[in-house]
Amino acid sequence: MLRYMLKRIMGAIPTLFLLITISFFMIRVAPGGPFDSEKDLPPQIQKNLEAKYHLDEPLHQQYFRYLGNIVQGDFGPSFQYKDFTVTELIVKGFPVSLTIGGVALLFALIMGVTLGTLAAVRQNSWVDYVLMSTAMTGISIPNFVIAPLLILYFAVYRDWFPAGGWGDGQWRYLVLPVLALSLRYIAYIARLMRGSMIEILQSDYIRTAKAKGLSMTQTVLKHALKPALMPIVSYLGPAAAGIITGSVVIEKIFGVPGLGQYFVQGALNRDYTLVMGVIIFIGVLIVVFNLIVDILYAYLDPKIRLEQT
Amino acid sequence: MHNQKIESLEKASALSHQKDEHGKSLWFFAWQRLKQNKLALSSVIVLTLMVLLILIGPFFSPYEFDFIDWENMSTPPDYSTQHYFGTDAMGRDLFVRTLQGGRISLMVGFVATFVSLIIGVTYGAIAGYMGGRIDNIMMRIVDIMYALPFMFLVIMLMVVFGQHIFLIFAAIGGYIWLDMARIVRGQTMSLKGKEFVESAIAVGATTPAIIFKHIVPNLLGIVCVYVTLTIPQVILVESFLSFLGLGVQEPFTSWGALVNEGAQDMEIAPWSLIYPATFLATTLFCFNFIGDGLRDALDPKDN
Repeated sequence: MLRYMLKRIMGAIPTLFLLITISFFMIRVAPGGPFDSEKDLPPQIQKNLEAKYHLDEPLHQQYFRYLGNIVQGDFGPSFQYKDFTVTELIVKGFPVSLTIGGVALLFALIMGVTLGTLAAVRQNSWVDYVLMSTAMTGISIPNFVIAPLLILYFAVYRDWFPAGGWGDGQWRYLVLPVLALSLRYIAYIARLMRGSMIEILQSDYIRTAKAKGLSMTQTVLKHALKPALMPIVSYLGPAAAGIITGSVVIEKIFGVPGLGQYFVQGALNRDYTLVMGVIIFIGVLIVVFNLIVDILYAYLDPKIRLEQT
Repeated sequence: MHNQKIESLEKASALSHQKDEHGKSLWFFAWQRLKQNKLALSSVIVLTLMVLLILIGPFFSPYEFDFIDWENMSTPPDYSTQHYFGTDAMGRDLFVRTLQGGRISLMVGFVATFVSLIIGVTYGAIAGYMGGRIDNIMMRIVDIMYALPFMFLVIMLMVVFGQHIFLIFAAIGGYIWLDMARIVRGQTMSLKGKEFVESAIAVGATTPAIIFKHIVPNLLGIVCVYVTLTIPQVILVESFLSFLGLGVQEPFTSWGALVNEGAQDMEIAPWSLIYPATFLATTLFCFNFIGDGLRDALDPKDN
């Protein structure tokens, strides 16, 4: 097991390295420098500024300096938010995004697994058809379409939940963003779950369980649920990445002060260091999350562990 | 009982009869199966109508997509002024803009998918056919790229190089090929050992000829399925970018950009959100159903 974990961790390193390298050089070839907004600086000041941010060094030296700084968690100063470093902005925005994303992922898992199991148990009944065509609709409607519609109905017409803002994380502020963010994943997980549950329910040991007189509920809960969850576990990685990406849009629509907001603002204002910092941070997050999912998967399914070590 | 027997006999004779007139292709049977899938078939019809509307619809409106009607700003749908879908906050006709946005969205969808098709099929077929070390390295690269947060990199690309529509094509097509490459590789590996490949090797065909003349044509089925599933994905990505204000630039528009504008005025002008949103969702819906239907039709073992 330890060997497997080590192998996975080693495998993640090139990805992170590539990500940082791409980001670094993309920013460096970007037209315009960080001090363009200031009106014609006297050459001496320009030089001093460049020296302060080490922009006067040769490119490779800058690159290794940047790598070194990142390892220490220093993403440099933000160009747009003058009084903050990028690290401070990330620390400020991340807990908010984590709350929304985490709750959305959990909600999607619980709802998706429940609905998918229900559809599988009642395969080809009207329950199945209704659930699966709803799921298809859920997959086809992007979150930036669902979110305004949710606001229009639940906040503007019905006034049940606030239309936006954060309110220091009160649950009423969480409902609509989480719903908008998770609908697509509920739908997807439900479809996956239905497929794998149907397959498991046809296997011999389930027939044995039924034959010895267990009720359907007991059979499903005790014998079928765990193996049927395997594809869901492996989908967790892409789902988390998708939720992180989706939360950029959701945060923009609901005006939530999370990481995604900073990212979009940074992107629109060409705040290179902020954009880059957030990308690298999110990249690390996704890689680490995938790592956890892989290890969890290997833990649940001994076959994989044996094959790959 | 008796009836069933007769029925099964009839079926058997029908089957043997079909066998006699050989020459019916995979595509013929796929089409037969697809025709029975009502959802997929109606999706094809809806989508065709949508494309027709997008292509010829603007000719039925007296307005241009960037024409500003100063008399009618943010007006609801009204047939007397011929603003069938109403107007936006700047007084531009939403019917024409929705169709024009559809042109851009669909064009991005097709072009970027085509780019990903070319890269993905070539890459996947080469990796799968060569096998061994080359395959290992090529797939390792795909794995590494898979783990990158690509949406964010595309956004950064937009930020750094400006928002040009061809950049959008290239950027989206350049990362969406990964799925295609993986699928094609898997299929190629299973085709590699087949007799027709061996016979091609035996008559001295070169490796590129084997890959592109003998293997790639046999991949068409699976590629077709994934193309129909990739197009909505690409449309979604473009809409996502446009929604954030990083995609298509004014006065041109796309469904994502229209939804974004609509979402901002939805309290006073809900029609400006609902029409483009419906068009976008319907298109994605249809593509997904067609893709699913095609998959069932071309891969009968699931049924």
